Amino acid sequence: MTDFLALIAAKYNYWLYIVLMMIGLYAMIAKNNLIKKLVGMNIFQTAIILFYVSIGFKHDATIPIIQGDHGHGAAHAAIKAADYINPLPHVLMLTAIVVSVATFGVAMALCVKIYQRYQTLEEDELRMRLSEK
Amino acid sequence: MRLLGFIVVCLTGGLLLYGTGELPNWGDPNSPASLHLSNHYIEHAVAETEVPNLVTAVLADYRGFDTMFETAVVFCAGLACFLLLRDFRPKKEQYYRHVPSGVVLHVKNPERHVAVGKEFEDMDRDWVPSDTIIKTVCRILIPFIQIYALYVVAHGDFSPGGGFQGGVIFGSSLILLAISYNLKTLLKRVSEKFLGIFSALGVLVYVGIGAIAMLLGGNFLDYSKYAPIFGEHHIRALGMLGVEIGVGMAVTAVMAIIYINIVSEGRHDEGL
Repeated sequence: MTDFLALIAAKYNYWLYIVLMMIGLYAMIAKNNLIKKLVGMNIFQTAIILFYVSIGFKHDATIPIIQGDHGHGAAHAAIKAADYINPLPHVLMLTAIVVSVATFGVAMALCVKIYQRYQTLEEDELRMRLSEK
Repeated sequence: MRLLGFIVVCLTGGLLLYGTGELPNWGDPNSPASLHLSNHYIEHAVAETEVPNLVTAVLADYRGFDTMFETAVVFCAGLACFLLLRDFRPKKEQYYRHVPSGVVLHVKNPERHVAVGKEFEDMDRDWVPSDTIIKTVCRILIPFIQIYALYVVAHGDFSPGGGFQGGVIFGSSLILLAISYNLKTLLKRVSEKFLGIFSALGVLVYVGIGAIAMLLGGNFLDYSKYAPIFGEHHIRALGMLGVEIGVGMAVTAVMAIIYINIVSEGRHDEGL
C-alpha cells in the first residue's frame, strides 16, 4: 500500500496530464461541432505543454535565471546545474504556446470560411451539403 | 461513433498511463531530460553569452535558428488569416451617429464618406450604447498594459520575459481596445497597412541581425561580430535584445491581424 502511495506521489503529474490529454482527444473524436473539436485540440496541446514543463522541474531548484553578480570576471565556477531547473523544455514550450495561438487563429479562419460557404459548422450537416452536389 | 471514440480514448489513455511507469519521478534532478545538454547550458551559458536568463540565452543564441523559424511560422499564420478571409469588396452601407442629437445617418453610397470628428461617430448596424465604465477602465488600463509589454520585451535578458510574451501582451492590449470601443476605433489607430508592414518588419529585423553578422564575417546570428560597432560590453545581450524586439514586433502585429480578420470575417468594418 505504501508503495502505491509512493508511486502516486512520484508520478501523479503525468497522470493528470494524460487525463487532460484524453479529454481533448475525446472532444476531437466524438464532438460534432468544428469549434468544439478545435477546443479539444487546444486542450490536447495544453496538456502536452504542461507535460513538457513538468519534465523540466527539479526538486530544490529555482527558476533558470542565474542569481547574483554575473558581470565580467564573476565566479562562473560556482554555478551548479542541480540548483536551476532545466531551461530547455521552457524554451521549447515558450515558442510552442505562441505558435499554438497562431495556428488556432488559422483554424478559426478556416471555420469562418466554411461557415460562409455552407452556413453550418456541424460535421454531419457539412457532409450532407457536400453529398448534395 | 461516440461509444467507439470513448473506447479508443480509454485504450489510449490506459496505454499512456501504463507507460508512465517507465518515466522518471517528478522533480528528479537525474532524469534523462535534465542531464547532458541542459547541464551544459546551465553551467556555461553565462560565460558564453553573458545573459543570466538561461531561457533567453537558449532561445536567442543557442537555438537562434529554431526561434527564427517559429517567428516565421507566426508571421505565416497571420498571412494565412489575411489571405483566407480578407474581403476587398466595397462596403455597402455605412452608419454614422450624430452624437449631440442621437440621430443616425444611413449612408448607402459607399463612395461617400462622412468626416468623423467630434460630431459624428462610426457605428455598427446593431449598435448598443457604449458603456462609460468599460470605456473609462480600458482607457486607463491600456497604456499601462502597453508599457508593461515593452518592459517585458526589453527585460527579457535579465528576468522572465522576452519577445514572444511581450508581443502577446501588446497585441492583447490592441484587442482590448477593439473589444471595449469597437473595431473601427482600433483600425483608426493602427491601419491594416501598418500592421502588415510591422509584422514583416519584425521577421526582417531578426533575419537582418543574423545576416549582417554573416556580412561582418561570422556565422549566422554570431553577435560577437558586432563588437567593433557597438563595443565589447554585453554585446551578445544587446544582440539578443535586438532579436527579441523583432520577435515582439512580429507577434504583436500578427495577434492584431488574426483578431481583426476573424471577428469581422475579413470585411474590417463591424467586429465584436
